[in-house]
Amino acid sequence: MKPDTDVALEEVALELEDLVMHFGSVRAVDGVSLSIRKGQVTALVGESGSGKSTVGRCIVRLLEPTAGVVRIGGVDVTHLSRRQMRRHGKEVSIVFQDPAGSLDPRMLVGDVVGEPLRLQAGRISRRDREERINEELGRVGLRAEVARRYPHELSGGQRQRVSIARALISSPSLLIADEPTSALDVSVQASVLNLLADLQRDIGFACLFITHDLSAVEYLADDVAVMYLGQLVEKGSRERVFARPAHPYTQALLAAAPVADPPRQRARKAVLLGDDLPSALDPPSGCRFHTRCPLAFDRCTAEVPQLLGIGDGDAACHLVGPDGAGPDVRQTNSAGSLQ
Amino acid sequence: MTSPTQTHLGAPQDVAPVLDVRGLSVTFTTESGTVSAVDNVDLTLAPGEIVGIVGESGCGKSVTAMSLAGLLPRSARVSGSARLQGTELIGAPESVLRAARGQSIAYIFQEPMSSLNPVLTVGRQIGEVLQVHQGLSRKKARARAVELLTLVGIPSPLQRVDNYPHQLSGGMRQRVMIAMAVACGPTVLVADEPTTALDVTVQAGILDVLRGLRDRLGTSILFITHDLGVIADVADRVVVMYAGRVVERAPVDELFAHPQHHYTAGLLVATPTPGRHAGTDRLQEIPGLVPVLSTQPDACTFAERCSAADAQCLGSAPALSSDHDVVAVRPDHLVACWHPCGNPSARHQGSRA
Ligand SMILES: Nc1ncnc2c1ncn2[C@@H]1O[C@H](COP(=O)(O)OP(=O)(O)OP(=O)(O)O)[C@@H](O)[C@H]1O
Ligand SMILES: Nc1ncnc2c1ncn2[C@@H]1O[C@H](COP(=O)(O)OP(=O)(O)OP(=O)(O)O)[C@@H](O)[C@H]1O
Ligand code: SF4
Ligand SMILES: [Mg+2]
Ligand SMILES: [Mg+2]
Repeated sequence: MKPDTDVALEEVALELEDLVMHFGSVRAVDGVSLSIRKGQVTALVGESGSGKSTVGRCIVRLLEPTAGVVRIGGVDVTHLSRRQMRRHGKEVSIVFQDPAGSLDPRMLVGDVVGEPLRLQAGRISRRDREERINEELGRVGLRAEVARRYPHELSGGQRQRVSIARALISSPSLLIADEPTSALDVSVQASVLNLLADLQRDIGFACLFITHDLSAVEYLADDVAVMYLGQLVEKGSRERVFARPAHPYTQALLAAAPVADPPRQRARKAVLLGDDLPSALDPPSGCRFHTRCPLAFDRCTAEVPQLLGIGDGDAACHLVGPDGAGPDVRQTNSAGSLQ
Repeated sequence: MTSPTQTHLGAPQDVAPVLDVRGLSVTFTTESGTVSAVDNVDLTLAPGEIVGIVGESGCGKSVTAMSLAGLLPRSARVSGSARLQGTELIGAPESVLRAARGQSIAYIFQEPMSSLNPVLTVGRQIGEVLQVHQGLSRKKARARAVELLTLVGIPSPLQRVDNYPHQLSGGMRQRVMIAMAVACGPTVLVADEPTTALDVTVQAGILDVLRGLRDRLGTSILFITHDLGVIADVADRVVVMYAGRVVERAPVDELFAHPQHHYTAGLLVATPTPGRHAGTDRLQEIPGLVPVLSTQPDACTFAERCSAADAQCLGSAPALSSDHDVVAVRPDHLVACWHPCGNPSARHQGSRA
């Protein structure tokens, strides 16, 4: 255990220690440690099924972790109910990917947004509640009259704003945003990203931003954590991860995400990994990435690489040194699948 | 056949297109009236060319593509012309369409699982296509299936040919779909969001397979996506659709460098690109909502959201043309706008004087 001082604890909004979540034999999350400082945005990226949403659901207590510790603002909330968490003044909210599916279609928008207030300790008057709802709708750029509509009468972008208003009305110190823009049209994604950036700057909540959209990550995040098959393979500042990704998987991910600039995109070289994704039911031995890693060697199949410090952040790869130096799969010439 | 580098420099304008779509319109009769889903769409596809279609959800990309081979439900009314190697498809008898679907135009869709038969091995499914359309024997069809699996980059094809769809990953299932689609050597492959459900590292492999088909077999590809990054990666030319209409059409580099329609320009500045961060840079938003497609107004469909709109834009619909007074724009760059963005410096500054 590290000797955290009280001051340091105050500064940490979220701390995960060796979080494990197994669904029967599915090892969805297998030992994730992560911390987010107050007012910072950490992006959690990784392939579909790598366990990102499961991490988010464990934090907001929608899931009971199999093992590990979740601390919010220094308080261990791992086994507290959401009600008990509120009594500790530890408020966490979540915004889901699909704005249509996560809002109750029979509730008016005003009631959807105000619901967390009803659950909060200390009753407030109806008048005050309505005022808070209007204030919150205004903050996410919706007119007050939207409160009397049903979710299906709104556009996708407006619905996502409603779920953000609902998440923020209880003044959380931590917001989990699980793919908040993935289901939205290109022309409304920008407005939701801008909104999150504005609110985060004005209110200063910490945010775990779960996404697979790397350009959104670069736009919004301070820090980046990369997941592969239930485990973190790399962490670090946004600047470092985008400029000098250390782990081969992070490098491949960055090389594979196309950029909306044709000459630049053509000049890049995707690293072809092969698409036989291993399963969380039976993760590969040693380094879980070895079945797809272009650089894998004997040691990778036998020995699990630890997530070790590399200066700015951490990486879990046998080929990455303590200073972060190591090979870059984007430089090596991987055989194309058609050759 | 053109080499990939040549095609990237733009469509060979002198070669007859394999697919020539003109004035294509589709309306649906629904309980709440008539919906105009596709309105007067023109597009062409040259041999060995990859044309991307981009636009918001519901703008008519899939309906355009499906109308070509008569895949729309009965409630659809299709008019206009679509010639595939000279053969008119719109209004053609079912026998003509069926022959075209088997041999000259093939489709792959976003969700491979729903298009594959779960109780047949992939070898049997690919083989059946070959037995029906090319009259191959069962043994020959199987051997050819193995070749096709190799072509689309499936490792150990001799084993995989006996797998059932559920034994394959999502990316491999999409490769199987591609193998089935190209089994009879179609001239035109329509790929409707083929990588949207896949991870980026898997997507990169699929895009590579499609590019490989074009390079090796000369297949022309109509590639539908809403991802501008994917367009930048694979397309030679781009068709931008908005609310059922084509608003802009240009070679890919030209479109990204000098977008002329205000919707295209808006999409490009709204997309986060490498190096941009919220601390220093705000994403520009496109205000307003996509219009309802009940009836197409006699106006530019983007006028309500456009900063350059004036009375002319609200009063009549601009035609897709290259006959605009913008010096920077090439003749193969078409735009449907009364007041195109013009040269790059004049862009995004609200209405032009
Ligand atoms: N309730 C559950 N029961 C059983 N397995 C589950 C459950 N929830 C998730 N899983 C499994 O856990 C793994 C991680 O899923 P999770 O949804 O966290 O991934 P993700 O990284 O969020 O993926 P995506 O990018 O597709 O949203 C997957 O293999 C998934 O099938
Ligand atoms: N069978 C149908 N009956 C009525 N309207 C339909 C039908 N099929 C499609 N539409 C409408 O036609 C329009 C165009 O739909 P289309 O599926 O082509 O959109 P798209 O551009 O492919 O969108 P997405 O990106 O969401 O796939 C939409 O407004 C849709 O609601
Ligand atoms: S200027 Fe007019 S025609 Fe052009 S996009 Fe704007 S509204 Fe449409
Ligand atoms: Mg998820
Ligand atoms: Mg579609």
